Amino acid sequence: MEIKVMHQIMEWNEDVSDAVKAELAAHQVCLINVMGSPGAGKTSMIVELINRLRDRYRIGVIEGDIAGQVDADKIHAMGIPVVQLDTDGACHIEAMSIQHLLKEFSLPDLDVVFVENIGNLVCPAEFNIGESFRIALLSVPEGDDKVVKYPLMFATTDALVLNKYDMQQYFDFDDAKVEADARGVNPNVTVFRVSSRTGSGLEELVEWISETVNEKLGKEKGGV
Amino acid sequence: MHELSITQSIVNIAADAAAEHKVKQVHEIRIRIGEYSGIVPQCVQQYFDILSKGTAAEGAVLKVEKIPITMRCEACGAENEIDKLKIRCPDCGSTQLKLLTGHEFYVESLEVD
Repeated sequence: MEIKVMHQIMEWNEDVSDAVKAELAAHQVCLINVMGSPGAGKTSMIVELINRLRDRYRIGVIEGDIAGQVDADKIHAMGIPVVQLDTDGACHIEAMSIQHLLKEFSLPDLDVVFVENIGNLVCPAEFNIGESFRIALLSVPEGDDKVVKYPLMFATTDALVLNKYDMQQYFDFDDAKVEADARGVNPNVTVFRVSSRTGSGLEELVEWISETVNEKLGKEKGGV
Repeated sequence: MHELSITQSIVNIAADAAAEHKVKQVHEIRIRIGEYSGIVPQCVQQYFDILSKGTAAEGAVLKVEKIPITMRCEACGAENEIDKLKIRCPDCGSTQLKLLTGHEFYVESLEVD
């Protein structure tokens, strides 16, 4: 005998992701999911973005790590509210964790929350965490074949940041190929070439984030 | 390694459905996965064999059917199967496409006693 079930397997995450989204919308807060490999430069990038965006927005950070809180300490030293999410070995962040951690913030006093996801190009892409949009980092030393090898990460992101771009000449990194591959899996992705170290390309990224945040918050303000 | 939490969800769905229909033994669980999913079915079966012990789903075989990525072109209206590495309309070349299938991940049905 056959029983029809038709039950979503990842419902537990999708339902909570929707709830997180609704809670953030009620407080006019934009959640940005920042993803990329270990060592891609996620923390340094977030630090640089905070420095350039903190005049415009009240910012908070959720630092996802498998263990330790080195990154959270860096952000805390800047006077930015930060919560460490220690996944204790897990390869990604789930919406449930974000829902718990949002209680640690005073949401009426925030406009933007950066979530630094676990360093991994595979699993985090599968889990929505209530984000308004996604930023994926790919650093030059990782190689120019990563988009084809990990398509879901790059297919689901809103922006692709080619980080450590000042190293491009040392690594035979074919950025035109990466951009073409990225558009292949995600035709509408916005691509940036950035170096957090030298600051090149950061202004363009900052303006794009600012426009996107304003657009998302504006939409939510309009009740859409 | 997130296959573990996903597999637990499959075990729960099967056990709940078995209880609801008052069946003692689930033989087969039919799962549909869109091509966009990165889930590895072989891993899921191995986890499943462990996690399902002592439930009505113990010993069940997971039968996974892949669903291709299909999209509708907003420009010319054509509906086609799309290669996930080349997201463009094979008919007119437009990149303004709407996903129809490919993101699914659900338990479709159970074969039971």
